[in-house]
Order: sequence, then structure tokens, then C-alpha cells
Amino acid sequence: MEKSRFYGRGLPYKKLGRLKGSLIVIEGTDGVGRSTQIEQLKPWLEVEGYGVVSTGWTRSPLLYETINEAKAGHELNVTTFSLLYAADFADRLENEIIPALQAGLVVLADRYMYTAFARNTVMGADPAWSRSLFGLALVPDLVLYLRIDVNALIPRVLGGKGMEYWESGMHLALGSDMFDSFRNYQTRLIREYNALAREFQFTTIDARLPIPEIQEQLRGHVRRLLRARKNGARAKPPEPESKPAEKTRSSGT
Amino acid sequence: MSRLHEPHPYPGKLIVVEGIDGSGKSTQLSLIHRWLESEGYRVFFTEWNSSPLVRRAMRRGKKKDLLTPSTFSLLHAVDFADRLTYRIMPPLKGGMIVLADRYVYTAFARDVARGVDPQWVREVYSIAPRPDLALYFRVPIDVSLERILSGRQKPKYHEAGMDLGLSKDPVESYRLFQGRVLEIYESVAKEFDLKVIDATGEIDEQQRVVRRMVQRVLRGIEPVAKAV
Repeated sequence: MEKSRFYGRGLPYKKLGRLKGSLIVIEGTDGVGRSTQIEQLKPWLEVEGYGVVSTGWTRSPLLYETINEAKAGHELNVTTFSLLYAADFADRLENEIIPALQAGLVVLADRYMYTAFARNTVMGADPAWSRSLFGLALVPDLVLYLRIDVNALIPRVLGGKGMEYWESGMHLALGSDMFDSFRNYQTRLIREYNALAREFQFTTIDARLPIPEIQEQLRGHVRRLLRARKNGARAKPPEPESKPAEKTRSSGT
Repeated sequence: MSRLHEPHPYPGKLIVVEGIDGSGKSTQLSLIHRWLESEGYRVFFTEWNSSPLVRRAMRRGKKKDLLTPSTFSLLHAVDFADRLTYRIMPPLKGGMIVLADRYVYTAFARDVARGVDPQWVREVYSIAPRPDLALYFRVPIDVSLERILSGRQKPKYHEAGMDLGLSKDPVESYRLFQGRVLEIYESVAKEFDLKVIDATGEIDEQQRVVRRMVQRVLRGIEPVAKAV
């Protein structure tokens, strides 16, 4: 029974007990607007009376320095990258996410293991291997996927903080310049995310919509989840892809 | 699909030693190193938990006791993968000899003794090529403790498994934790066909046994140059 809460083999040495809180994941590619949405979700949930914590990719106190340094030194390959991501994830899972869920908080995760699956695959890792690393992951209660296509993404990133080395996949030498590389890398990444969305039945939201409208949709999904959980139901099983697509009018192309 | 169950396709040779602390494996390996170099072989040496990539995270995690069994395991896997990339694969592909002080079997024994899932840790390390020779130095806890205590005052924190809270006394904790590691090593040795060496014997006797095994593995590999 314990086992079904995990993606794979879980954490055999850990007593989880009842996880009263809810784990909500926001996924989507670089620059799609995840953090903007999370910044707005958090105060809203607090006004609604929920305790909220957020956790973000590569933000583990144990590893963020190591990851940043290694990225700067360009000494990583796909294997060490994948393992560092997994170590960062495990640290946050055990020291942040699980304690918060045990305490009954809502955990908003900016990216989850799916980001590792997408990136590792694009970088050329053996997909089965890179997934097996995350066998210790808890299955989220809800995965909200901000879906965008590369043509809509480009102006947004250019108008924002600009194209960045890693987000452009420059380490993969995919194009003759930053722009081409960005386009190629993000195209592949988005393709992976879309495949994952089908496989893991993410709730998909069209990220080309205006920010407030996306927020409204996200709140609708979160509200439904929290209500269902409050009504005694255990975490709702993820909805099939077609359903949220209808509900949210457009699920992207 | 693990590579650990089939011979690797590379021209070099990979020789690893395993065993708990105080089993004498490092002493034996360094004698092999000396000997092979004197025979004119180009030898590369690599050691568990020595990659600069995770040194800082490891130190920080250990000092502040931030590590969980899973992060402990994954940090060592990063260390291993980094050394695999830079220190093990190139000489192996280049037809040279690589000596490794501890290999994936250390993780299979230690991390599982800490409580991680045995299958999971095997998947994590499924990137590792199978050694041409893997020696397991079998030693009883008491002998290993005696050897360790003769060098320093008490066993190190993680070596003694103090992070698991088995006992407040480091020596007692060491006994309990390494006892568990030993048991698991025995089954790992069977599973992966490690060659067992009786590590209670005299150093030179063990070395004679080990050299014979190494010689057999190196058949067909020519020394680069005879040392003067």
C-alpha cells in the first residue's frame, strides 16, 4: 500500500505515515511562466486558509552550489547531470516535501521529476535508466502542465530575461548560434514534455493565454483537488487527458 | 539493463578491490600497483568518493548531518559517474589497466545497509562496466576494528553508521553497522561472482594469491615499457 504512493521503489527506510497535505506540481519548459503563476497561487491559497510551501528545481541546500559550479565549469555529462538532478530532488523530497505533506501543507513544486525525464532524454540519457533514478519519488496529487509551442515561447523569452546558455541547449551544440540552438533544443524538450503529459496524464493548460486567465484555470484545478481531498477522498486519480482539455477550452496544439 | 553481468568490450583491464574498512584491501591494491608499474605497465588508480565534483556537497552534508540514505547514495553515485567518465573509461578504452579501490559493490553493500532499496541502487549503478577482476577481502568485524583502532582513536562517523542512530558508542555502532554491511557483502559477492580473499592472513601471503589472479587477467596485455 505504501508502495503505490511512489513512482518506483520508494524509500523503504522511511515511515511516511499519513500525508495530510497535497503535492501540486507545475511543469512546463523554460520561460513558460511557471514561477509567475506559482507566485500568485501561493498568496491565494493562503487567503483560502491553506499553509503553503514551494520548492523548486535545483534549490536543495545540499546541492545548489555544486550544480551551479559544475554548470559554470562545463564539466558535466548527461550521466552526472542526471544523477545530480536526482540527488537534488531526493534532498528536497525528504527534507522539504515529505515533512510539509506530513504537516498538512500544500506543496507547490516548481518542476518535478518530469523535467528530469524530458531534459535527460533530450541530452541522450538512456530513458529507462534516468527514470529509474526517480523510483524514490512520491506521485504528485496533481500535475499542472503549462503547455506552449516553441513559436509562442520565443518572443516571450526574448522579451523577458533573454536566451540563456543552458536553456538554449548550447551544451548540446544544436545550432550555429544561440537562437537556432534555442529553437532546436526547446522544440525537442517540448516534444518530450508533451509525450510525458500523455503518459502521466497531466492536467494541461494552454500557456499562450493571458497570465490572469491561466491563473484562473490553475486555481480551478487546485480548488477541485483540495475540495476532493477535504471530502475524505484520497487523492483523486489523475484525469484522462481529454477531460481537462475540454474543461480548459484549449489544451494547446 | 545492467552492464554488470556481462564482460565489457574494451581493450583495457579493470581490477577492483572490495571489503569493509580495515580489511586491508587498499594495502593489497597499492602493492599490486607498485608491482604492475615495475613490470612496465601503465596503471591508472581511482578511489571511491574522491571526485572533486561532489567533494563540497559531501563535506557539507556529512558535517551538518544533512544526508539521508538516498542522498548519501546518490552523491556517491555522482562521484562514481564523474570518475567513470574521466578516470575509468578513457584508460579502459585506451587499453590500459585501471585499479579501483572500491567499486559499485560498496554501494550495494553500504547503501542497502542504510536502508535504500537493493534493486534501486543496482539500477542507479547499471552504467558501470563489469570489472575483469573483482576481489572481495573478507574479514571478521573484530579484526577490522582492531586494525582501525590501532591507527586512530575511534571509527569515523559514517563509517560507524552513526547517522543511523544504532548506538551512541562509536565502536558499538561500528560493530552493528559494519556487521550488517558484512552480511550484505557476502550475498553481493555471490550475486556478482567476486573473488573472495581471506583477509586475515599475512600481507605477503595475500599478495601472492592476488598477484596470481591479476596475472591471469592480464594475459595478452603487453607492458608499455619495462621499468629500469
